[in-house]
Amino acid sequence: MIRRHLPVLVTLAVFIVGYLICLAQFPSFASTRVIGNLLTDNAFLGIVAVGMTFVILSGGIDLSVGSVIAFTGVFLAVAIEKYGLNPYLAFILILGIAALFGAGMGLLIHTFQIPAFIVTLAGMFLARGLCFVLTTDSIPINAAAYGQITDIAFQLPGGGRLSFIAIVMLVTFVLGIVLAHFTRFGANVYALGGNRTSAELMGVPVGKTTIRIYMLSSFLAALAGIVFSFYTSAGYSLAATGVELDTIAAVVIGGTLLTGGYGTIIGTLVGVLIQGLIQTYITFEGTLSSWWTKIAIGGLLFAFIVLQRGLSAASLRSR
Amino acid sequence: MQPSREQPQLLEIRGLTKGFPGVQALAHVDFTLHAGEIHGLLGENGAGKSTLIKVLTGVFRRDAGTIRLDGEEISARDPADALSLGIGTVYQEVNLLPNLSVAENLFIGRQPHHFGFVRTGEMRRQATELLAGYGLDIDVANPLGTYSVAVQQIVAIARAVDLSAKVLILDEPTASLDAQEVETLFGILKSLKSRGIGIVFVTHFLDQVYAVCDRITVLRNGRLVGSRPISKLPRIELVSMMLGRELAAEALHRNQRPTVTGEPLVAFENYGKRRLLEPFDLAVRPGEVVGLAGLLGSGRTETAKLVFGIERADSGQAFVDGRPVRIATPRDAARLRFGFTPEDRKTEGIVAELSVRENIILALQAQRGWLRLLPKRRQDEIADHFIKLLDIRTPDAEKPIGLLSGGNQQKALLARWLATEPRFLILDEPTRGIDVGAHAEIIRLIERLCEEGLALLVISSELEEVASYSDRVVVLRDRRHVRELSGAEVSADTIMTTIAGH
Repeated sequence: MIRRHLPVLVTLAVFIVGYLICLAQFPSFASTRVIGNLLTDNAFLGIVAVGMTFVILSGGIDLSVGSVIAFTGVFLAVAIEKYGLNPYLAFILILGIAALFGAGMGLLIHTFQIPAFIVTLAGMFLARGLCFVLTTDSIPINAAAYGQITDIAFQLPGGGRLSFIAIVMLVTFVLGIVLAHFTRFGANVYALGGNRTSAELMGVPVGKTTIRIYMLSSFLAALAGIVFSFYTSAGYSLAATGVELDTIAAVVIGGTLLTGGYGTIIGTLVGVLIQGLIQTYITFEGTLSSWWTKIAIGGLLFAFIVLQRGLSAASLRSR
Repeated sequence: MQPSREQPQLLEIRGLTKGFPGVQALAHVDFTLHAGEIHGLLGENGAGKSTLIKVLTGVFRRDAGTIRLDGEEISARDPADALSLGIGTVYQEVNLLPNLSVAENLFIGRQPHHFGFVRTGEMRRQATELLAGYGLDIDVANPLGTYSVAVQQIVAIARAVDLSAKVLILDEPTASLDAQEVETLFGILKSLKSRGIGIVFVTHFLDQVYAVCDRITVLRNGRLVGSRPISKLPRIELVSMMLGRELAAEALHRNQRPTVTGEPLVAFENYGKRRLLEPFDLAVRPGEVVGLAGLLGSGRTETAKLVFGIERADSGQAFVDGRPVRIATPRDAARLRFGFTPEDRKTEGIVAELSVRENIILALQAQRGWLRLLPKRRQDEIADHFIKLLDIRTPDAEKPIGLLSGGNQQKALLARWLATEPRFLILDEPTRGIDVGAHAEIIRLIERLCEEGLALLVISSELEEVASYSDRVVVLRDRRHVRELSGAEVSADTIMTTIAGH
């Protein structure tokens, strides 16, 4: 029982220890303001990471999410500012487009048995390229709706605020947990990651599930893109480069096995928060370059992959 | 027990034929399974057992023949389709999902649910109840992978039966179980039988066949040899059906050689590995050929793997020249100057794309380490030497080995190890799949090697062959070295009666 949850527990322990270190150095880490900002700043990352967790749990990978986030931003900026589209309509449109995009990738992966890596790599270039077709400039979004949405926030005791986009992220996580652990779809995702052939023999609808997984991932990437556009109030073709890798890192640090089949959504939330924590620490520190975030994440990633290897080796031995 | 009289025919296979390019895997095979019957399906390598099962479960398409289930003609598209028709299969390697909980494994695809939300509590309750029927009391919320193979197999059986299986096919279910677990499994099979399920039981263990089967069908080389109730099939007859030879009236002529004496070159005492092979004693002297004989799955190849360090022994001690040694990896074995040509040339032996020369020097080069490359001239010398010595028929040493005939590939493999100047050589089925002429050459070669003072351990399914060149023959049965024959005892007939036991 303990061993089964060990990766998540280790992740949680790392987060707590990290938080205590930060707290010891900068007492203001206890303030709700810092915590609120931590959630807000990492909202888009968290939302994509939920989708990515499903993908990785199923034994796949989705490299296109960063590009989809950028495309969403550019699409919204062009649709709202250039064509005067209602922002809410634009949101629905882009979510639909992204879902179709993901379904297409899933279909390719399943029908032609192409590795997800290749298909989503193609998807990554395609979505990024489409950004430049729409515009090469950074377009600011000044729609009134944006102001209204970003103003929505819960005041937390102590001066912090839980912003709307932080709430969107937390709700996404709750829905993700329900989907992963309490539905047939969730069980099918784990089954796929456990052993695709066995899953198929056992009657798991492999094709349908694969398509839905990538559909969900692209849909959530678009949602993250919308959230990101609230955050930056602009659409820019070069935005969110490398986010797919940050996301994969968050998922793996969150205790999900890169080979699929094992992991949790809640672990991913902690993985995202650890990344945010390091970023915040470096901001507080002031003298360190922000690239130290990447170095710290790199080190953690190594440590977690070694831990996972060790654990699976140990569980094989114990059998 | 004579279920055939009272029970209706459940599964009826007539004239089943299936060919692959170059091989007739099944030729006009008939097979009848009754409800409430445990039917053993036996045969040696290449007999067609697995092809039969794969055609039955829709993995392969048949070329000709009919399959009737409950009188209806069926033709499964794939294993899932076969399952929905009522034919469930449980393989030795359990085809379930170790990362999911036991309950999910039992119910995936048909979980009790409300609008897509799984009713986990209900599912677990049903799973616990289902497994209780099999005498299994485990926490169904734990991942399947945390339980032993035996438990996993019972879960697989429970799943297949619960999915309304009328026919349950068990493909070597006991291969990795210990005696206690086999007992439990047999208890389950018997209770399933009393519920009217027809069970096809594929195994290599004769004791188990006699412990649980009602009827036995033997295949050989894709043909039906016979199908009989177990009560009318003595062991010796079963073995002769499987091996395809009658007890000969007169003893076969045997190459008489003086008995080899002296200190053993290699010796193994109480050497074994749990679940793989019971501990055995074995000694081979220089200039001596020791044969390993037994049915497929009896532990012959396992012996070779233990001796060569491919599997690590968990009991006993190995000696070379009387000194204790440790053989934990093939590297250790190679350092002690052991050589090993595996049974499956294509996947474990040759590197098809590399030339004959490269294949021959492979082991020698590996021994030297990759940094000390053998000079090209020396490589050519060695390759040419062995091509001439072993009469490997190839236009030149640079031809990819995959293009050579089986016999010549086998010789090149032998050359690979001979090039390392081994003291002890293990040959696993050296004559399998090669033509008659090459066959005789390999045997002559074995005899010559041993005259030169090499110690040889040879595994073979051909009883006459193993009897003709071995000084001693170790007979294996059900993963045990049951008897060592020497001197005049070494004959195909004695080997066969020893395999049959009793």
